[in-house]
Amino acid sequence: MKSKFKKNLPIAGTGFAIGLVNGLFGAGGGMLAVPLLKKIGLDQKSAHKNAVAVILPVSILSAVIYLVKDYVKLSDALPFIPAGVAGALIGAFAIKKIPSVWLKRIFGGFMVYAGVRLLFK
Amino acid sequence: MNIAALFAGLFSGILGSMGLGGGAVLVIYLSLFTDTKQLAAQGTNLLFFIPIAFTAVIIYSFKKQIEWKLTVKISLCGLVGAAAGIGLTDLLGGEVTGKAFGGLLVILGIREIFSKNAEIFSKNAERVAKRRKS
Repeated sequence: MKSKFKKNLPIAGTGFAIGLVNGLFGAGGGMLAVPLLKKIGLDQKSAHKNAVAVILPVSILSAVIYLVKDYVKLSDALPFIPAGVAGALIGAFAIKKIPSVWLKRIFGGFMVYAGVRLLFK
Repeated sequence: MNIAALFAGLFSGILGSMGLGGGAVLVIYLSLFTDTKQLAAQGTNLLFFIPIAFTAVIIYSFKKQIEWKLTVKISLCGLVGAAAGIGLTDLLGGEVTGKAFGGLLVILGIREIFSKNAEIFSKNAERVAKRRKS
Protein backbone atom coordinates (compact mmCIF):
# COMPACT_ATOMS: atom_id res chain seq x y z
CA MET A 1 0.00 0.00 0.00
CA LYS A 2 2.73 2.40 1.04
CA SER A 3 4.83 1.65 -2.02
CA LYS A 4 1.80 2.20 -4.26
CA PHE A 5 1.38 5.58 -2.62
CA LYS A 6 5.02 6.37 -3.23
CA LYS A 7 4.69 5.37 -6.87
CA ASN A 8 1.61 7.47 -7.44
CA LEU A 9 2.74 10.57 -5.62
CA PRO A 10 5.04 11.85 -8.40
CA ILE A 11 2.26 11.16 -10.92
CA ALA A 12 -0.25 13.17 -8.91
CA GLY A 13 2.25 15.98 -8.30
CA THR A 14 3.18 16.08 -11.98
CA GLY A 15 -0.47 16.29 -13.00
CA PHE A 16 -1.29 19.01 -10.51
CA ALA A 17 1.72 21.14 -11.48
CA ILE A 18 0.97 20.81 -15.20
CA GLY A 19 -2.66 21.71 -14.63
CA LEU A 20 -1.77 24.67 -12.44
CA VAL A 21 0.57 26.19 -15.04
CA ASN A 22 -1.80 25.47 -17.90
CA GLY A 23 -4.76 27.01 -16.09
CA LEU A 24 -2.82 30.00 -14.80
CA PHE A 25 -1.07 30.96 -18.04
CA GLY A 26 -3.25 29.25 -20.65
CA ALA A 27 -0.01 27.84 -22.03
CA GLY A 28 3.21 26.20 -20.96
CA GLY A 29 1.71 23.01 -19.59
CA GLY A 30 3.42 20.96 -22.26
CA MET A 31 6.79 22.58 -21.70
CA LEU A 32 6.54 21.61 -18.06
CA ALA A 33 5.12 18.15 -18.82
CA VAL A 34 8.10 17.05 -20.92
CA PRO A 35 10.79 17.24 -18.18
CA LEU A 36 8.38 15.87 -15.56
CA LEU A 37 7.44 12.88 -17.74
CA LYS A 38 11.12 12.23 -18.29
CA LYS A 39 11.59 12.19 -14.53
CA ILE A 40 8.81 9.60 -14.24
CA GLY A 41 10.77 7.44 -16.68
CA LEU A 42 9.75 8.19 -20.28
CA ASP A 43 12.46 8.76 -22.87
CA GLN A 44 12.84 12.11 -24.62
CA LYS A 45 10.64 11.44 -27.65
CA SER A 46 7.85 9.66 -25.87
CA ALA A 47 7.85 12.38 -23.21
CA HIS A 48 7.11 14.94 -25.95
CA LYS A 49 4.28 12.87 -27.41
CA ASN A 50 2.70 11.91 -24.11
CA ALA A 51 2.93 15.51 -22.93
CA VAL A 52 0.45 16.45 -25.66
CA ALA A 53 -1.92 13.68 -24.54
CA VAL A 54 -1.63 14.83 -20.93
CA ILE A 55 -2.46 18.48 -21.59
CA LEU A 56 -5.31 17.89 -24.03
CA PRO A 57 -7.98 17.15 -21.37
CA VAL A 58 -6.48 19.77 -19.07
CA SER A 59 -6.68 22.38 -21.84
CA ILE A 60 -10.28 21.42 -22.60
CA LEU A 61 -11.31 22.03 -18.99
CA SER A 62 -9.31 25.27 -18.82
CA ALA A 63 -10.78 26.49 -22.10
CA VAL A 64 -14.33 25.78 -20.90
CA ILE A 65 -13.72 27.72 -17.68
CA TYR A 66 -12.19 30.64 -19.64
CA LEU A 67 -15.27 30.61 -21.89
CA VAL A 68 -17.69 30.51 -18.95
CA LYS A 69 -15.83 33.38 -17.28
CA ASP A 70 -16.09 35.29 -20.54
CA TYR A 71 -12.33 35.89 -20.81
CA VAL A 72 -12.49 34.69 -24.40
CA LYS A 73 -14.96 33.96 -27.20
CA LEU A 74 -14.93 30.89 -29.41
CA SER A 75 -14.57 33.16 -32.46
CA ASP A 76 -11.27 34.55 -31.12
CA ALA A 77 -9.52 31.25 -31.76
CA LEU A 78 -11.19 30.13 -35.01
CA PRO A 79 -9.04 32.11 -37.48
CA PHE A 80 -5.85 30.45 -36.20
CA ILE A 81 -7.08 26.87 -36.28
CA PRO A 82 -6.64 25.91 -39.99
CA ALA A 83 -2.97 26.93 -40.01
CA GLY A 84 -2.57 25.37 -36.59
CA VAL A 85 -3.93 21.98 -37.66
CA ALA A 86 -1.67 22.05 -40.72
CA GLY A 87 1.20 22.74 -38.33
CA ALA A 88 0.09 19.88 -36.07
CA LEU A 89 0.18 17.46 -39.02
CA ILE A 90 3.67 18.64 -39.93
CA GLY A 91 4.81 18.43 -36.31
CA ALA A 92 3.30 15.04 -35.54
CA PHE A 93 4.84 13.44 -38.63
CA ALA A 94 8.17 15.25 -38.33
CA ILE A 95 8.74 14.41 -34.67
CA LYS A 96 11.19 11.67 -35.59
CA LYS A 97 13.57 14.55 -35.89
CA ILE A 98 13.42 16.63 -32.73
CA PRO A 99 14.68 20.10 -33.64
CA SER A 100 18.39 20.57 -33.58
CA VAL A 101 20.18 22.22 -30.72
CA TRP A 102 20.60 25.43 -32.70
CA LEU A 103 16.91 25.66 -33.49
CA LYS A 104 16.22 25.24 -29.78
CA ARG A 105 18.67 28.00 -29.01
CA ILE A 106 17.05 30.37 -31.47
CA PHE A 107 13.66 29.56 -29.97
CA GLY A 108 15.13 30.04 -26.48
CA GLY A 109 16.45 33.44 -27.49
CA PHE A 110 13.04 34.36 -28.83
CA MET A 111 11.44 33.26 -25.55
CA VAL A 112 13.82 35.42 -23.51
CA TYR A 113 13.17 38.42 -25.77
CA ALA A 114 9.39 37.96 -25.57
CA GLY A 115 9.54 37.32 -21.82
CA VAL A 116 11.46 40.54 -21.18
CA ARG A 117 9.02 42.48 -23.33
CA LEU A 118 6.06 41.00 -21.46
CA LEU A 119 7.72 41.86 -18.15
CA PHE A 120 8.10 45.53 -19.14
CA LYS A 121 4.86 45.83 -21.09
CA MET B 1 -6.19 37.66 -41.56
CA ASN B 2 -2.61 38.70 -42.12
CA ILE B 3 0.51 36.70 -42.88
CA ALA B 4 1.93 37.13 -39.38
CA ALA B 5 -1.19 35.58 -37.83
CA LEU B 6 -1.01 32.70 -40.30
CA PHE B 7 2.59 31.99 -39.36
CA ALA B 8 1.82 32.33 -35.64
CA GLY B 9 -0.87 29.66 -36.06
CA LEU B 10 1.35 27.41 -38.16
CA PHE B 11 4.39 27.56 -35.85
CA SER B 12 2.24 27.25 -32.78
CA GLY B 13 0.67 24.13 -34.33
CA ILE B 14 4.03 22.59 -35.23
CA LEU B 15 5.60 23.24 -31.83
CA GLY B 16 2.40 22.49 -29.90
CA SER B 17 1.98 19.08 -31.51
CA MET B 18 5.54 18.22 -30.48
CA GLY B 19 5.17 19.40 -26.89
CA LEU B 20 7.73 22.12 -27.49
CA GLY B 21 5.92 25.17 -26.26
CA GLY B 22 3.53 26.01 -29.06
CA GLY B 23 1.28 27.83 -26.66
CA ALA B 24 3.97 30.35 -25.89
CA VAL B 25 4.15 31.32 -29.59
CA LEU B 26 0.47 32.16 -29.89
CA VAL B 27 0.16 33.88 -26.51
CA ILE B 28 3.27 35.98 -27.28
CA TYR B 29 1.99 36.85 -30.74
CA LEU B 30 -1.42 37.90 -29.42
CA SER B 31 -0.25 39.82 -26.38
CA LEU B 32 2.80 41.51 -27.92
CA PHE B 33 1.89 42.00 -31.58
CA THR B 34 -1.87 42.58 -31.37
CA ASP B 35 -3.91 44.53 -28.86
CA THR B 36 -5.41 41.37 -27.33
CA LYS B 37 -5.72 41.45 -23.54
CA GLN B 38 -3.55 38.93 -21.67
CA LEU B 39 -6.42 36.74 -20.45
CA ALA B 40 -8.08 36.74 -23.87
CA ALA B 41 -4.74 35.71 -25.38
CA GLN B 42 -4.49 32.85 -22.90
CA GLY B 43 -8.06 31.73 -23.54
CA THR B 44 -7.56 31.93 -27.30
CA ASN B 45 -4.51 29.71 -27.01
CA LEU B 46 -6.39 27.15 -24.92
CA LEU B 47 -9.22 26.96 -27.45
CA PHE B 48 -6.76 26.88 -30.36
CA PHE B 49 -4.79 24.07 -28.76
CA ILE B 50 -7.72 21.64 -28.55
CA PRO B 51 -7.92 20.69 -32.28
CA ILE B 52 -4.13 20.84 -32.55
CA ALA B 53 -3.65 18.40 -29.67
CA PHE B 54 -6.47 16.20 -31.00
CA THR B 55 -4.75 15.93 -34.37
CA ALA B 56 -1.40 15.08 -32.83
CA VAL B 57 -2.76 12.63 -30.26
CA ILE B 58 -4.74 10.74 -32.92
CA ILE B 59 -1.57 10.33 -34.99
CA TYR B 60 0.53 9.28 -31.99
CA SER B 61 -2.09 6.84 -30.76
CA PHE B 62 -2.32 5.23 -34.21
CA LYS B 63 1.41 4.72 -33.92
CA LYS B 64 0.78 3.29 -30.42
CA GLN B 65 3.02 5.86 -28.83
CA ILE B 66 0.70 7.10 -26.11
CA GLU B 67 0.84 5.46 -22.71
CA TRP B 68 -2.81 5.94 -21.89
CA LYS B 69 -2.72 4.45 -18.39
CA LEU B 70 -0.12 6.97 -17.32
CA THR B 71 -1.45 9.99 -19.18
CA VAL B 72 -5.02 9.52 -17.92
CA LYS B 73 -3.81 9.41 -14.31
CA ILE B 74 -1.71 12.53 -14.77
CA SER B 75 -4.50 14.34 -16.62
CA LEU B 76 -7.01 13.63 -13.85
CA CYS B 77 -4.74 15.34 -11.34
CA GLY B 78 -4.14 18.00 -13.96
CA LEU B 79 -7.84 18.88 -13.99
CA VAL B 80 -7.67 19.72 -10.29
CA GLY B 81 -4.54 21.76 -10.95
CA ALA B 82 -6.21 23.61 -13.80
CA ALA B 83 -9.11 24.69 -11.61
CA ALA B 84 -6.63 25.89 -8.99
CA GLY B 85 -4.54 27.66 -11.65
CA ILE B 86 -7.50 29.57 -13.00
CA GLY B 87 -8.47 30.50 -9.46
CA LEU B 88 -5.00 31.97 -9.13
CA THR B 89 -5.40 33.83 -12.45
CA ASP B 90 -8.59 35.41 -11.11
CA LEU B 91 -6.76 36.41 -7.97
CA LEU B 92 -3.78 37.95 -9.78
CA GLY B 93 -5.60 39.59 -12.68
CA GLY B 94 -4.44 39.81 -16.28
CA GLU B 95 -1.61 42.27 -15.81
CA VAL B 96 0.25 40.39 -13.08
CA THR B 97 -0.38 37.06 -14.81
CA GLY B 98 1.16 38.48 -18.01
CA LYS B 99 4.26 39.61 -16.15
CA ALA B 100 4.56 36.26 -14.37
CA PHE B 101 4.28 34.55 -17.77
CA GLY B 102 7.05 36.84 -19.02
CA GLY B 103 9.22 35.79 -16.10
CA LEU B 104 8.54 32.12 -16.79
CA LEU B 105 9.45 32.59 -20.46
CA VAL B 106 12.77 34.20 -19.53
CA ILE B 107 13.64 31.28 -17.24
CA LEU B 108 12.55 28.61 -19.74
CA GLY B 109 14.25 30.45 -22.59
CA ILE B 110 17.56 30.61 -20.75
CA ARG B 111 17.21 26.89 -19.97
CA GLU B 112 16.52 26.20 -23.62
CA ILE B 113 19.61 28.15 -24.67
CA PHE B 114 22.01 26.55 -22.20
CA SER B 115 20.73 23.18 -21.00
CA LYS B 116 21.38 21.33 -24.23
CA ASN B 117 25.09 21.92 -23.96
CA ALA B 118 25.39 18.75 -21.92
CA GLU B 119 23.69 16.75 -24.67
CA ILE B 120 25.98 18.02 -27.42
CA PHE B 121 28.99 17.39 -25.27
CA SER B 122 27.92 13.88 -24.41
CA LYS B 123 27.16 13.15 -28.07
CA ASN B 124 30.53 14.52 -29.02
CA ALA B 125 32.11 12.52 -26.25
CA GLU B 126 30.47 9.35 -27.59
CA ARG B 127 31.70 10.09 -31.08
CA VAL B 128 35.20 10.79 -29.83
CA ALA B 129 35.16 7.59 -27.79
CA LYS B 130 34.00 5.57 -30.82
CA ARG B 131 36.71 7.05 -32.99
CA ARG B 132 39.32 6.24 -30.40
CA LYS B 133 38.18 2.62 -30.24
CA SER B 134 38.29 2.10 -33.98
